[in-house]
Amino acid sequence: MFDIVWLVPLFPAIGFILNGLFGRALGKKAVSWIGPSAIGLAFLTSILIFFELLKKPPSERFFERIIFDWVVSGSFHTVIGYQIDPLSILMALVVTGVSFFIHIYSVGYMHEDPGYIRYFAYLNLFVFMMLNLVLANNFLLMFVGWEGVGLCSYLLIGFWFEKDSASNAGKKAFVVNRVGDFGFLLGMFLLFTSLGKHGIWTLDFTEVFANANKLDTVTVTAITILLFIGACGKSAQIPLYVWLPDAMEGPTPVSSLIHAATMVTAGVYMVARCNVLYSMAPLSMAIVAVIGVATAIFTASIGFCQNDIKKVLAYSTISQLGYMFLGVGVGAYSAGIFHLMTHAFFKGLLFLGAGSVMHALSGELDMRKMGALRKKIPITFWTFFIATLAIAGIPGLSGFFSKDEILWQAFSSPHGHFVLWLVAAVAAGMTAFYMFRAVFLTFFGESRVDPHVAHHIHESPRIMTIPLIILAILSVIGGYVGVPHVLGGANHIHEFLAPVVGGSEPGKSHAALSFVAQAWASGGENGGHSAALELLMMVISVVIALIGIGFAYLFYIKNPTLPKLLAERWKGLYRLVYNKYYVDEIYQVLFVNSLKKLGVGLWRGFDDFVIDGTVNGIAILIGWISSVMRRVQTGLVQNYAFSMIVGGLILLVYYLLRTIFY
Amino acid sequence: MTIFGIPILSLLVFFPLLGAGVLLFIKREETLRWVALVFAFVEFLFSLPLFFEFDPTTAAMQFVEDWWWIESYGISYKLGIDGISLLLVLLTTFLTVLCVLCSWTAITFRVKEYMISFLFLETGMVGALVALDLILFYVFWEVMLIPMYLLIGVWGDPKRRIYAAIKFFLFTMAGSVLMLVAILALYFIHQKATGKATFDVLELYKFGVPAGTQYWLFAAFALAFAIKVPMFPFHTWLPDAHTEAPTAGSVILAGVLLKMGTYGFLRFAIPLFPNAAYELMPLISVLALIGIIYGALVSMVQPDLKRLVAFSSVSHLGYVMLGMFAFNTQGIQGSIYQMLNHGISTGSLFLIVGMIYERRHTRMIAEFGGLSKVMPIYATFFMIVTLSSIGLPSTNGFVGEFLILLGAFRSNPVYGVLGATGVILGAAYMLWMFQRVMFGKITNPKNEGLKDLNAREIITLVPMVILIFLMGIYPKLFFSRMDASVEKFLSDFRGRVEMKADLPSPKVAEIKK
Repeated sequence: MFDIVWLVPLFPAIGFILNGLFGRALGKKAVSWIGPSAIGLAFLTSILIFFELLKKPPSERFFERIIFDWVVSGSFHTVIGYQIDPLSILMALVVTGVSFFIHIYSVGYMHEDPGYIRYFAYLNLFVFMMLNLVLANNFLLMFVGWEGVGLCSYLLIGFWFEKDSASNAGKKAFVVNRVGDFGFLLGMFLLFTSLGKHGIWTLDFTEVFANANKLDTVTVTAITILLFIGACGKSAQIPLYVWLPDAMEGPTPVSSLIHAATMVTAGVYMVARCNVLYSMAPLSMAIVAVIGVATAIFTASIGFCQNDIKKVLAYSTISQLGYMFLGVGVGAYSAGIFHLMTHAFFKGLLFLGAGSVMHALSGELDMRKMGALRKKIPITFWTFFIATLAIAGIPGLSGFFSKDEILWQAFSSPHGHFVLWLVAAVAAGMTAFYMFRAVFLTFFGESRVDPHVAHHIHESPRIMTIPLIILAILSVIGGYVGVPHVLGGANHIHEFLAPVVGGSEPGKSHAALSFVAQAWASGGENGGHSAALELLMMVISVVIALIGIGFAYLFYIKNPTLPKLLAERWKGLYRLVYNKYYVDEIYQVLFVNSLKKLGVGLWRGFDDFVIDGTVNGIAILIGWISSVMRRVQTGLVQNYAFSMIVGGLILLVYYLLRTIFY
Repeated sequence: MTIFGIPILSLLVFFPLLGAGVLLFIKREETLRWVALVFAFVEFLFSLPLFFEFDPTTAAMQFVEDWWWIESYGISYKLGIDGISLLLVLLTTFLTVLCVLCSWTAITFRVKEYMISFLFLETGMVGALVALDLILFYVFWEVMLIPMYLLIGVWGDPKRRIYAAIKFFLFTMAGSVLMLVAILALYFIHQKATGKATFDVLELYKFGVPAGTQYWLFAAFALAFAIKVPMFPFHTWLPDAHTEAPTAGSVILAGVLLKMGTYGFLRFAIPLFPNAAYELMPLISVLALIGIIYGALVSMVQPDLKRLVAFSSVSHLGYVMLGMFAFNTQGIQGSIYQMLNHGISTGSLFLIVGMIYERRHTRMIAEFGGLSKVMPIYATFFMIVTLSSIGLPSTNGFVGEFLILLGAFRSNPVYGVLGATGVILGAAYMLWMFQRVMFGKITNPKNEGLKDLNAREIITLVPMVILIFLMGIYPKLFFSRMDASVEKFLSDFRGRVEMKADLPSPKVAEIKK
């Protein structure tokens, strides 16, 4: 059964080839079927494999399938090979599942677009690449998926390539991601060469992690930091987050799928996948956690002042990714992945909801031109509202469980710290605030909709609302796989992931995975805090979230003039935040402009002036010498006779002098 | 192995020349094109058996032909290929077909002379790649020079073609002359030491040139090859030559002629003078690194498409040199692979620029914008080739770049780190260029009526795209054929370097790995 793992990425690949090469010939209708069904089949296959995996005892939940040798050069040997274990199958389920619904939604959303066929080809390609990323059994194939999803992101952000802002955003995304990939590459090099020093030449996950204990702390720290640079790029963390807000130029389902639910979580997945390495490098973990929490609060604050509904969601995504990194950074890998999953549901839903709002408002994105849409597009409203409750961490919804797990771990884990918890908790309050701000501005209050647009506001067709409803259901129930023990739950997801990310029952794991258990045997996830404390912290975080919602209510329902007053009162601060702390502008000057200037300087200054100047200078010099020499050849016999006599005289004098002096 | 009773390598060398001879007697332009195409294509077919008959298990020269040419001086007509030259020969015969195809409508005057030059050039290129005698190699090396000179000078862009052609000629010539001197010096030193007069490379490999002399001879060879590669700071002839040459000239220049420089290092400069090469490794690596970064930065700000691609070549060839001078398996195999990749991706880029040049008669980036709208097929090809050029995984470029950087990192992590910055810059300049040409709204009315690719153009590009993915997804097909030769190259090299006791030992230990 596990043998069919290669089918999972194969279906989207076939979808891509059919749509990409023959889409035009097949027609729009066929493409509408091929695109989603390719993903649906991959989803079904993943489900089959998942249940097959559940049948096995936790220690045997590991399977590898090698397809063929890929890059083989001397001691360097990599394969195209896929692996199934709890972590990879969970990721595959999230990716194919959410993708499937978003593909269906897209059939409705993109229906009128002239690039419809191209869109589905790209989307299928994306899923293929993403599945390579999560199912790969080695670093290099993971990197293929890693850059491959980056490519699809580039293509889809710049999907409407006639818009300059879109093509700029696509390019920015690719280049910034490349900065991260630079780190990832070097991480792989260092890993490969340092293991090589012990005679182990491999990039295979199982082999690397099994031999990780041979590496010294400094090396592992360097490797993990380099890999984390890659994660910062892909998952939009400080300082490489700048591409994600701009990525909203792409079609909204793309923002939902790639820039919220799946691709951007790749960094979190990578850290969780490499948990053995990270656990060996406390410094790297601290860096991951600090960057995570700093990103969470920093970008949440930017979310306060954005008026574009997608931009709010984008900053929110970055912020939520920060949470996931906080989770994995304090060693709570399963909590990070848990939040990754619930976030995929509710943030995917939020974006689709925003898309549905845009659909209703003929493409309007500015929340200042919305309001009171609650009644007009009820399904969109209710699903959006549910997702907002989930992200705000209201008890009973998925986001509550996963976020709370991270908060608790940030506090209680041996790698955690009170300050980490505090910052994260404040950020949670801010999240509740800006999300409810968005809900209030969009769906409540008075309508500020443009009159031209207002009269044809309509709910989206069923092909779009059904995915919304399904994701809304998932946003509610998705958290129940991870109800903490303290609330009487079983924390299934934690148990399920334990063979890969550790934290439970060491010694029972599969031989190939036993090193995980070993790495964890010393640590243990909980520092032995009491259940009462855990409950208290939980209550505090809920209260903080409610405060955030309360403020949003006060500002945007009760007293809508307040925000303006505040903005005028603290003008400088408001402008700073409104302009996203001018980070883009600083980067532009620091990197883009200076490199271009350097390029021009080298070209004009060095190439043209120094090198060609020298070369052409020599040519001119030779020409000049020849022209001088040429004058000697006058053709007048007298001149030649004269030189002969002078020459003869010189020789004569020379010989005379020689005979005299010797 | 023989075809029609003629040894295959000789056939490959002289078949194009025969074609050039036949063309002499043809008048009609259309017939000329077809005959040239047939000869190029048959030549390509003839070269295919090399790939399939090649024995990947041995590092020895294969398909060897060895006759005396001028016996009294020890000059022989010796041909043979190994895993290092095999793929380059195939690349040459392959690209020549595409070059003839892409000149179909672009060349409108003196078609006969043009096609003759091309076939003549092919003889030179194949000859230089299979020659195992220094004099024979030198002859073919110079044979390549003349048709290329004519291609730029006669069929180039009228504005600066003469300047570019002469610059190309003089730069290359300056290096070649020194190389000739070095060849002769090597010959006499060898003769003095062993009493045997020979220009046979395989014989000379076995001879250990005294260390002091090695520097001088290596320097002379290296200069000739470095100019051809071209390595920084000898690269300035390349942008001019590329920009002014007709499309096919640029393709073959980038695809094969530049590889003669890197191939020369692998076949001659390094194995003949290993100690000098080893000692100069830091210098060459640093020049290669400068080339990577410098080429990328300058490429970024070029307003002319062809110039941009030309500078990107400087950057890519920097990778090739960096990998080669890492002196480990990954570095050298990556380096050879990158030679092929560059031939394919940069060759395709020149084809693509040529196609748009034929339509608009300009190469200025600012003249374009929004072409994706009117030329969707063109856009797709262009995108794929761009991705190959920036080394996206699953394309050929990635495999080469990755191995080179890995090899460089193993030999010296600092080289690896600096080299990897080229990965970022590469994406920046290529995507920025692509954006300015293909994306955005059509602002220039001249671009509105542009026709998408025709069947001939698609046929030219499809094989390239197939190779891009084949080489990216299943590189084993090619690596398996170079494994043995590269291993032998390295073990010979290490053996020779180790014999010298005065080398600092940790470095030797490093390259031994």
